[in-house]
Amino acid sequence: MTIGKSVRRVDAIAKVTGKARYTDDFFMPGMLHAKYLRSTIAHGVVTRIDTDRAKALPGVVAVFTFEDVPPHKFATAGHPYALDPDHKDVEDRLLLTRHVRYWGDEIAVVVAENNLALEKALQCIDVEYEAYDPMTTAKEALAPDARQIHAGAPNLVAESGYAVGTRIDDALDEADEVLTTEYRTQLVQHCHIENHVTYAYMDDFDHIVIVSSTQIPHIARRIVGEALDIPCGRIRVIKPYIGGGFGNKQDVVLEPMAAFLTLKLDGRPVKIHLAREEGMIGTRIRHPFDIRVRAGVMKDGTLHALDIDALSNTGAYASHGHSVAGAAGAKTRALYPRTAMRYHARTVYANIPASGAMRAYGAPQVLFAVDCMIEEAARKIGMDSVAFRLKNIIRQGDIDPLTHKPYSTCGLTECLTKGRELIQWDQKRADRPREQTGPVRRGLGVACFSYASGTYPVCLEIAGARIILNQDASVHVQVGATEIGQGMDTVVAQMTAETLGVAVEQVHVVSTQDTDVTPFDTGAYASRQAYVTSNAVFRAAIELKDKILKHADSMTGITADRLDLIDGRVVYAVDAGHTVLPLQAVALDAYYDKVRGGQLTAEVSYKTTTNAPCFGCTFVEVKVDIPLCQVTIKEIYNVHDSGVILNPVLAQGQVQGGAAMGIAAALYEDLQVDPDSGRIYNNNLLDYKFPTIMDIPDIGCAFVETVEPSSGYGNKALGEPPIISPPPAIRNAVWDATGVKVDELPLSPHNLFKCFRRAGLI
Amino acid sequence: MFDIKRHHKAGSIQEALTLLKANPEARLIAGGTDILIKLHKGKAGYDHLVDIHDVAELNFISEEKDGRLRIGPGCTFRQIIESPVIQRHIPILAEAVANIGGPQVRNMATIGGNICNGVPSCDSGSSLLALNAVVTIAGPKGDRQLPIENFFLGPGRVAVARDEILAAITIAAADYQGYGGFFYKYAMRRAMDIATIGCAAVCKVDGDTLVDLRLAYQVAAPVPIRCPKAEKSAVGQKISETLLEKVAAQVVDDVTPRTSWRASRELRLQIIRTLARRSVRQAVIRAGGTGV
Repeated sequence: MTIGKSVRRVDAIAKVTGKARYTDDFFMPGMLHAKYLRSTIAHGVVTRIDTDRAKALPGVVAVFTFEDVPPHKFATAGHPYALDPDHKDVEDRLLLTRHVRYWGDEIAVVVAENNLALEKALQCIDVEYEAYDPMTTAKEALAPDARQIHAGAPNLVAESGYAVGTRIDDALDEADEVLTTEYRTQLVQHCHIENHVTYAYMDDFDHIVIVSSTQIPHIARRIVGEALDIPCGRIRVIKPYIGGGFGNKQDVVLEPMAAFLTLKLDGRPVKIHLAREEGMIGTRIRHPFDIRVRAGVMKDGTLHALDIDALSNTGAYASHGHSVAGAAGAKTRALYPRTAMRYHARTVYANIPASGAMRAYGAPQVLFAVDCMIEEAARKIGMDSVAFRLKNIIRQGDIDPLTHKPYSTCGLTECLTKGRELIQWDQKRADRPREQTGPVRRGLGVACFSYASGTYPVCLEIAGARIILNQDASVHVQVGATEIGQGMDTVVAQMTAETLGVAVEQVHVVSTQDTDVTPFDTGAYASRQAYVTSNAVFRAAIELKDKILKHADSMTGITADRLDLIDGRVVYAVDAGHTVLPLQAVALDAYYDKVRGGQLTAEVSYKTTTNAPCFGCTFVEVKVDIPLCQVTIKEIYNVHDSGVILNPVLAQGQVQGGAAMGIAAALYEDLQVDPDSGRIYNNNLLDYKFPTIMDIPDIGCAFVETVEPSSGYGNKALGEPPIISPPPAIRNAVWDATGVKVDELPLSPHNLFKCFRRAGLI
Repeated sequence: MFDIKRHHKAGSIQEALTLLKANPEARLIAGGTDILIKLHKGKAGYDHLVDIHDVAELNFISEEKDGRLRIGPGCTFRQIIESPVIQRHIPILAEAVANIGGPQVRNMATIGGNICNGVPSCDSGSSLLALNAVVTIAGPKGDRQLPIENFFLGPGRVAVARDEILAAITIAAADYQGYGGFFYKYAMRRAMDIATIGCAAVCKVDGDTLVDLRLAYQVAAPVPIRCPKAEKSAVGQKISETLLEKVAAQVVDDVTPRTSWRASRELRLQIIRTLARRSVRQAVIRAGGTGV
């Protein structure tokens, strides 16, 4: 049994010793380097561009501008292909653009023999612009007279919503108390350690090979084909180890350009490796949201109505666009299923970097607003924050009010109860004076969330697994699911070992995805992989086990139904202690007997048509130094219902990493835009205050293990969820400590200073 | 990849001075943690370098017979932090440099480079000001000495000419013996950051009387500064919470913080006042004083 055991990561030693190879570790003879020329304005058009001086420099191989690229637009979001034309992503990108839409937009690209020549060449390109006023906020872009950022398309990219339960206005009318607040979330960047890097080459006259740090090799293959108008069968995408993505590599960023360049340059290898400063503006960021929430609450503590109106700023290009606001609203519904609810969202273009997918895909923004409002409602009627949530949250057996299907498993009540004990909520509440004075004060906060285990039924959920029995009785596994640091390869090894009946050490998961040979899967996003891949691996392992036992039957005459495979031994089903054949003997016979057998393999492509909701909460105690406008976290716990925990140490790593990212968004990170010019002030890791290990407290984590029937091993999503609830919990704790309600992220000294001053605390 | 045209390695102060004279376009490089950033950004004027990283004459920390402390500008922050002499006599300097960058930067960056870079946020600057440090500058015409207060001329400008080298930093016995000190770096995170405000307080007490106070800030003005008005208002006074309030109120007249996208003037003033109160209190406690 390996499920539920803290099996050591299969790639741990290779990664910590530096043996593991990432995209930038691969070199090819004659490799060229490419770099974009980025606009120095945020909005306007290029009226003149002169590349002659750059082309004449030694070491420069080629310069291409917007005049040289294919004229048709493509979409970059890493979504599965949509058969429904109404569900297609917005096609608004060209490889290079004359029309500048954000500060740093890509207007030309230089190819050179080395990076120094690249830098010099970029300085030798002369550009003149006709500049327009940049619109950096969604509200500006929605103004009636606002210029269209994409000519011919309104700045409102899309609008959608849903309503469940009593009509929202009636429900609000019925409530004893109605509260309204506007919340704002900031621009956040993923800051994965490995910047975007891709190289492409051709080793024949038809096929383009792309090696890329991507979460979505199979999708990247299709989109490159669309961008260059080449059948995707002529594109091959290889994904080596990757140094983090957090959704920023669930987008096709560099691959089409690298493919275009090698195609133009006779198949020579061309590498594009973004600098951090480029990556922080020229890839994707998290959508900043303005969210107005109205809540209706009864005196007895019933949350009667919740009305959420979200305005999402997708920046210069749609990328994942409105999908993010849509998904965030859908995933939030499960939290308060007995409450009348309306969700309405609009997504808008603006002249800031493009937003795309980022860990938890809009849920952190919407849940911040929702949970802040829940806290306000609880305080308004004078009810304990935990008790109020316990009264209103989803319980086992609740029905999804939109689909009218029951939620499968739910352990949120147990999560809240456990978190309350861990932080000693009741005791700390009782011990503390009602009104604190003095410069340094303490506060407690809680927040909870709901999320999902994939994208079904909005998108398809397909996973592929191929398992091969080697002649030495080890097994090789190939999955379409990508290892991006989250531990996917390790849990695939555990799943295979568990179901097949071999030791986990005998399982080798091929980490690299290569679209020429890897089974199809859409990639790492939506916390989907362990959930949907479990269904493919489980079935493939059953199939292979069946083939192994049938072959043993052909060797021994003992019928397969009387045999089992346990710990790498074929045994009697009724007597596991009695070895009939070692697996090694079966494997050798299957490969080398002159007549019977063959290579024993199983391959399953499986579409999961369920989507298990997952839940959790954060409890936090903070210390607020009011004169210094600083928040210190004294204790923090994330408690999760993610079904069966496949590997406790890996799961803890997910939770601690995610909660740390949540703390970062709550207290530190803020990509700052100059509202006048659209320039980004802090696109580097010195000025973007990404917290360090010195700033992140010890993060406690605990699990409430439900057994989810729709997944192969009872597991539900865990990858993204830990990031969601820390920010509202911290905000609620700061409110508890100081009496000051902050409705805008982050709770940085800059924002706290303004709020504390307004409140007369300093 | 850096666009370095020429790199000269110096083995001694004299050799470095000769190289500077022979290469009028050359700049000095020691730990490189500031210069390489400028090169990374493609800034002009840093492509000819005279490297003094391994000049042994610049690397020492000593306690002289007369009690003077001498620090070689080539000492890395790590050497400063770990030096028993610094820890025993002027721990405030170790505290000031212990928060600079991360371990890798502190292993490379030198204290001389830090003050010669001359930025408003210079982490060692406020402590050296509060310690009344004196710098020795070697040049073609020999050595000259300068109080640290006259060293910082403006943002990025210090009193070392292009053909000169900072050769030593000295702190007289009378300036640290019997004193207590405290340094606080206020930044947006606890490592890998530049200060929003840095405050160094050094004082001498006699029971509950403040005999001497030297209060200095970084990022509170275009260069690291002392606060003469606040100091004057407190010296000779009885130590009390009221006195700390007085210093905090008075310090506003000594500083000229500005608003930038990194922080507003108002926030900086709030931090400056708070740190005046807290740093002087801690310095008094460390000096053995009473009253707070």
